[in-house]
Amino acid sequence: MAERSEDSEEVKLLGMWASPFSRRIEIALTLKGVPYEFSEQDITNKSDLLLRLNPVYKMIPVLVHNGKPISESLVILEYIDDTWRNNPILPQDPSERAMARFWAKLIDQQICVAAMKVAGTIGEERDAAVEETRNLLMFLEKELVGKDFFGGQSLGLVDIVATLVAFWLIRTEDLLGVKVVPVEKFPEIHRWVKNLSGNDVIKKCIPPEDEHLEYIRARMDKLNIKSA
Amino acid sequence: MAADEVKLIGSWASVYVMRAMIALHLKSISYEFLQETFGSKSELLLKSNPVHKKMPVLIHADKPVCESNIIVQYIDEAWNSSSQPSILPSHPYDKAIARFWAAYIDDKWFISLRSILTARGEADKKVAIAEVEERTELLEKAFVDCSKGKPFFNGTDHIGYLDIAFGSFLGWLRVVELDAGHKFLDEIKTPSLSKWADQFCNDPSVKPIMPEITKLAEFARKLFPKPQA
Repeated sequence: MAERSEDSEEVKLLGMWASPFSRRIEIALTLKGVPYEFSEQDITNKSDLLLRLNPVYKMIPVLVHNGKPISESLVILEYIDDTWRNNPILPQDPSERAMARFWAKLIDQQICVAAMKVAGTIGEERDAAVEETRNLLMFLEKELVGKDFFGGQSLGLVDIVATLVAFWLIRTEDLLGVKVVPVEKFPEIHRWVKNLSGNDVIKKCIPPEDEHLEYIRARMDKLNIKSA
Repeated sequence: MAADEVKLIGSWASVYVMRAMIALHLKSISYEFLQETFGSKSELLLKSNPVHKKMPVLIHADKPVCESNIIVQYIDEAWNSSSQPSILPSHPYDKAIARFWAAYIDDKWFISLRSILTARGEADKKVAIAEVEERTELLEKAFVDCSKGKPFFNGTDHIGYLDIAFGSFLGWLRVVELDAGHKFLDEIKTPSLSKWADQFCNDPSVKPIMPEITKLAEFARKLFPKPQA
């Protein structure tokens, strides 16, 4: 998972193994072949280091490059793309870049929020959250037509950000007890998940399935959420 | 539409529309402004932004660009000749810091500002005011760090991405200050931001499009009516 190099001080990532926001940074760094030191953080008992490096939000992930910290995963991803220019995450064309940023924001600010509501509610409220998530995902479904990945033939920003949908939403559907993203309604998204799952960088950087599901099950029990 | 024609769908009172306008003015780009009618959404808006159905939407060479900060970055990237000012800072780290604070302003600072206008009762209002105070103080510190002794957040002698992100709120901030009877920017609490606000509002790319405070205050009363006693 974490790679060591002679310059292990140069790039450090404060993260958490089960967090989609932390994992997406690892994907970007791995995609670009950037060696980094990973520092697993206990988010229930935040370290002085974390509080010092991200005093505003006190959250992971935090990337530290040459001693300077950067927080907020979308900001970090753009920084990585601006700094290491090989294997670009964002397209060259300005209007395509704008679209990628648009979808990334939609995923984080709306799809993620709706999906969390599905996990945290029951009954009618949950049904509404499922419908909201599906309506939003339909936009992504249409985006994928004729493409292997959101980024075209290779992984891009939106793929990296949308791993949240593939490996944190779809992966946990059995635990949630509701097929939020049924294959009949979302064939393109499911095809994309297959493409993702066959990609070496993704395979290397996502949490191992069994441990991940166990972790989520334990969290749901703790929060008194009924797991299927 | 000609290949290089630019249209902006928006409204005079919107902070987010203002961001796009400032960026266009900074780059001396001519554009057609399509004013939306309050209370209804035009066909063009709904067609150009089917996901959110919100303004601003920039239409350039027939392609729509949505979300104000994304539009500002688009403008910077699409019109990037060396004779035009750069909106984002050039160094990746400075870019990251600008993006960080711009997101903070939308996700945190503005949310607490708006809750002053929607507060029900004095107690709620007081909590909201305290929160805005705290968050504005953070931005005062951010200004000192980002500006590096220059007049703007951009760290240069001209306005940039973060100046636009925050400065576009100055009209509304003034309206809230008047409504709440409380100043958030002043020479004692926020000396740097206070000075910056003056310079921002007088910038040639900003002055002609900053809405009049009385007009804005009237509009605010329409948007946020006071609950009946």
